[in-house]
This record gives sequence, C-alpha cells and structure tokens, in this order.
Amino acid sequence: MTAMTTSAAGRSLSLTIDGQTVCVPEGTTLLEACRLQGIATPTLCYLENLRPVNVCRVCVVEVEGSRTLVPACSRRAESGMVVQTDSERVRLSRRLVLELLASSVDLSLAPALAPYLERYGVRPARFGAPAAGKERDTRHAGHHEALAGPGAETVAQPVKIDNDLYVRDYSRCVLCYKCVEACGVEAQNTFAIAVAGRGFDARISTEFTVPLTDSACVYCGNCIGVCPTGALMFRSEYEMRQAGTWNEAEQTHTDTICPYCGVGCTLTLHVQDNQIVRVTSPLDHEVGHGHLCIKGRFGWQFVQNRADPTQPS
Amino acid sequence: MGHAFQFDIELRRGAGAYICGEETALMNSIEGYRGEPRNKPPFPVQVGLFGKPTVVNNVETLVNVLDIVVRGGLAFADQGTPDATGSKLFCLSECVAHPGLYEVPFGTTLRELLTLAGGVRDGRSLQAVLLGGAAGTFVFPEQLETPLTFAGVRSIGASLGAGVVMVLDETIDVQAILVRIAAFFRDESCGQCVPCRVGTVRQEEMLHRLCTGHTLGTLHDELALHAELGQVMRDASICGLGHTAANAIASALPRLPLFPSARHS
Repeated sequence: MTAMTTSAAGRSLSLTIDGQTVCVPEGTTLLEACRLQGIATPTLCYLENLRPVNVCRVCVVEVEGSRTLVPACSRRAESGMVVQTDSERVRLSRRLVLELLASSVDLSLAPALAPYLERYGVRPARFGAPAAGKERDTRHAGHHEALAGPGAETVAQPVKIDNDLYVRDYSRCVLCYKCVEACGVEAQNTFAIAVAGRGFDARISTEFTVPLTDSACVYCGNCIGVCPTGALMFRSEYEMRQAGTWNEAEQTHTDTICPYCGVGCTLTLHVQDNQIVRVTSPLDHEVGHGHLCIKGRFGWQFVQNRADPTQPS
Repeated sequence: MGHAFQFDIELRRGAGAYICGEETALMNSIEGYRGEPRNKPPFPVQVGLFGKPTVVNNVETLVNVLDIVVRGGLAFADQGTPDATGSKLFCLSECVAHPGLYEVPFGTTLRELLTLAGGVRDGRSLQAVLLGGAAGTFVFPEQLETPLTFAGVRSIGASLGAGVVMVLDETIDVQAILVRIAAFFRDESCGQCVPCRVGTVRQEEMLHRLCTGHTLGTLHDELALHAELGQVMRDASICGLGHTAANAIASALPRLPLFPSARHS
C-alpha cells in the first residue's frame, strides 16, 4: 500500500514583504522570510536554537488585516500575506520598545542592538534621567512599590557574584526569557531559574532568591550561552572586564571537540594572551545545538596548568 | 439536550491576579504555569487548555444562552436594538444614589442608566463616568446620550468592557484616580512583554510628573509622549492588558484643564 503523504516542508507559499513577492516553504516564520530577503530585523529574545517566546517585541512587523503588529520571530508566513517591515507604525513601535529598554536596562554589552538604536533614532532620555536604583529582590508580586523618585525607573542593582563560574548582572537583564528557556525545557531541564514577581518588578530568580550555590543550578552555563546582553557572564570575563584587560579584538576563536565524553560537542575556545577566557559552542552544531555541560563550558583550567609535570612542585 | 448526555463541571479557583482574566493567561494558570498570556495565533479555539481546542465564555454569556434556550431566540431578541439584542449587566459604583448591579436592554442610554440608579448622589453634578473599568475610557457629561451598545460606545471611542460604570461627581479628584489606574496597571502587568512591562511604569511616572508639575518639556510634550506610548502598547503588546492599559488615561488627559486639581498646570 502506498501512503500519500504531503510533506509540509515540501510545499511553498507566496507572500508580499515590503512590496516584493516572496516564495518560502510552508512553516517559514516571517523573520526567516525577512532574512531570506536580506531585510535586517532586530531581535532580542529570539535565538535559532530556542523556540520563539516573542516577548521582547522589537521584531514586530505590520501584517495587512491584523489589528495589532505581529512578532516576526514566531508568526508563520501565510499564503497571500501582505507584510510591511518599515512602515511608520513598525518604526514607531520598534523605536519606542528600544527606548523603553534603553531607558531601563544597561544595554552597553548588547552590541547587536547598537545599529538599531541608531537606525530608529532611539532617545531613551525622553523618559527622563534614570532614577536611583532600589533593591528589587524583595519586591512581592501585586504589592505596589512606590516609584523610586523622580526620573525613569531602571532595573539597576548590584552584580550577583556567588560562585566561581559565572556572575549575574541583572541591571543588564532585558527579561528575554532565554536563560529560563535554556535552563528549562529547551536544553537543560534543570529549572533552576524562573521569572519571579510581576510587571516591572518581574525578574529572573532562583527559588526564593537563594544564591546559585543553594539552588538547583548545575552550572552548565547554557544560560550564559543564550544571554544577549551580557547579564550572565563567565566570572573570568567579568573579572577581566573589571580589571580592564578584556579585549575581544585580541581574541582568537578555535573550534575543538570537548575531551570529556563521547557526545562530541564542539567547543569554541575564546583565547586571549594564550589563555582560554570563554567557551561557547556553535548554535548550528548538530549534537548540542550550542548547548554544553559544566565540563565543556568551564572545565578547561587543566589546559592552562603550565607547570612542568617532570619537575617536583 | 433531551438525551442521556453526561458531563462533569470542574470548578477551579483563581488567586486573584487581574492578568488571569485574559483567557490564555487563565489557561496557563489552570495548567499550573505562571499566569502569562500566550501569543495569538494560535487562538484558544485552535490550541487552548492543555493544547486542546477551547471555548472561553463569561458567566454572563452562559446565562444569556440559558435565557435563549428557555424563552427562544426571538423572545430574547425582542429586547435591545437590532444590532445588539438582549440585555446587559452594568455595575454602577461610586457617586450614584443607589450603587449596584443593573440589567438593562442594550441600547439604553448612559443617562437612562444613571437615572435608574437614582442619579448622582447628594444632588451633585456629574464630572465624568469611567466606562468599562480600568481598561475602559472616561465618558463626560455631554456624552450621556450615548446608547449602551458595542457600536454605540465605539462611536465615542469608548468600550463597554466588563460593564463597569464608575460615576464620579464634581468633588472627585480625577487626577488621583488616573494615578491609581496607572499604578494598578504597573502592578498587574505580568511583565512578559516590553511595551507593557516598561510602558506601564513610564505611564505611572508621567502621571506623577503631571501631578507635581515637574513635566519633561511642556504639557503638550507629555501628552504627545503618552500618545506614542499608548499607540505602541496597543500595537506591540502581547495581550489585551497592554493593549488597553493607556486607554483610560489617554481619554482623560486631553481634558486635564477640566479637572480642578490640574487647573494650575
């Protein structure tokens, strides 16, 4: 018996993007369709190796017939769709969303956003000077917190350094949910972190805000791997940045296979001054899709043990 | 149904979060997740509770169904207007002589509804009505002849929302109510999407600036900034909370000079 199956990926559909007719395979998202067309689209919460959560709203586009703008990252293309990526409505939303972010979060380590801040003429100061920071971890959902004072509230707070492997600087957190997703169902299934609180007081937290060392964290570092704004960072990188010695221009990237087990994850070693300073993994890697475990991510100190083993220590 | 059709009714008690009135946040909450709205599409009728097609109805709608089953569709449609048949519940509160829940045919004017509740309390004059709740709009005395139908209130840029009719007399500090509404949305936003999470805070800050007179630029600049904010929250937020969080304030701001406490600014 011959079963007739129609592969969804086999069918193609056509839609209009910015006046151009585009043919894409069924199942393609508007973001993928835009990128195929070479249309630069800002993203923040989107990453190729995670399911889209469409929360940051910087990728919104205008779809004819839709009451509101739609997130390009998660919306699938439909036959006959008419999409505008640079209409006045789209530009206004992208500009304001970026202004809301830039006025509340430290985006200085989110270089991918820089061209868009310029392109959309982002002026975060329109909402006033930043207000004094307040302790955010004690805030309870549903309890109204008085404003910090005159000025624009920010998510500024001290850096959390509670372990040897990575730091959490939530004054850089845009709440893109990527770390939560990577810690949860998308990669690690550890669920050490989740969103706590509500509204502007929403924040990434361990259970009861315990230090990482008391949490369920297994230090796979996959949250660091997906963080788009430098809120989660290798302790080695953080300390070099503090000391002013971090220099990405001087760093080389070397791909190798993790020596620990038989899975065969690709490690990209970021090396500065002949020292490994950070380890990442390519997102398109067929084994780990960019995700690693504690050994691959952090277990490279032995490489740098320069002591001569033939000499007594 | 006339046949041996059995089904279970399972009651789930909510914990009071405003956002869990949004149908997809409600589903997440019932499933045991954080009460955060889902992006649509897919809509609940396609992918809903536990991934199954789901219909979400208010109790008021289900009660109407009962009415239609018992009395018949034609009898039900006897009430109301041709475009909006049947009746609607309105909850009248604040400065009316007899606050409470009123059921009137669709098409009743706002003035008739207020009269039904005994009019403005203590013989005072009406300043404004907040129609539809915190996510609704302010309606002013010259708009009292508006028929209460979906299309009728839409023609004045308002909505019936949950049927809330909050009546405010001349002694009420509407600016304080606006500040309260802004604080409410800042607290009740789930925090998932940027336009709503940060937008509701920026809106609250703006109202405090207007109250203290320390505006950024002119009053006109502030109103223009709020209009942009409202537009983007409506356009780019995930759910109805963000879409409507600027509505009430936007409907009142152009009338600021009407409010006694703002006359000096």
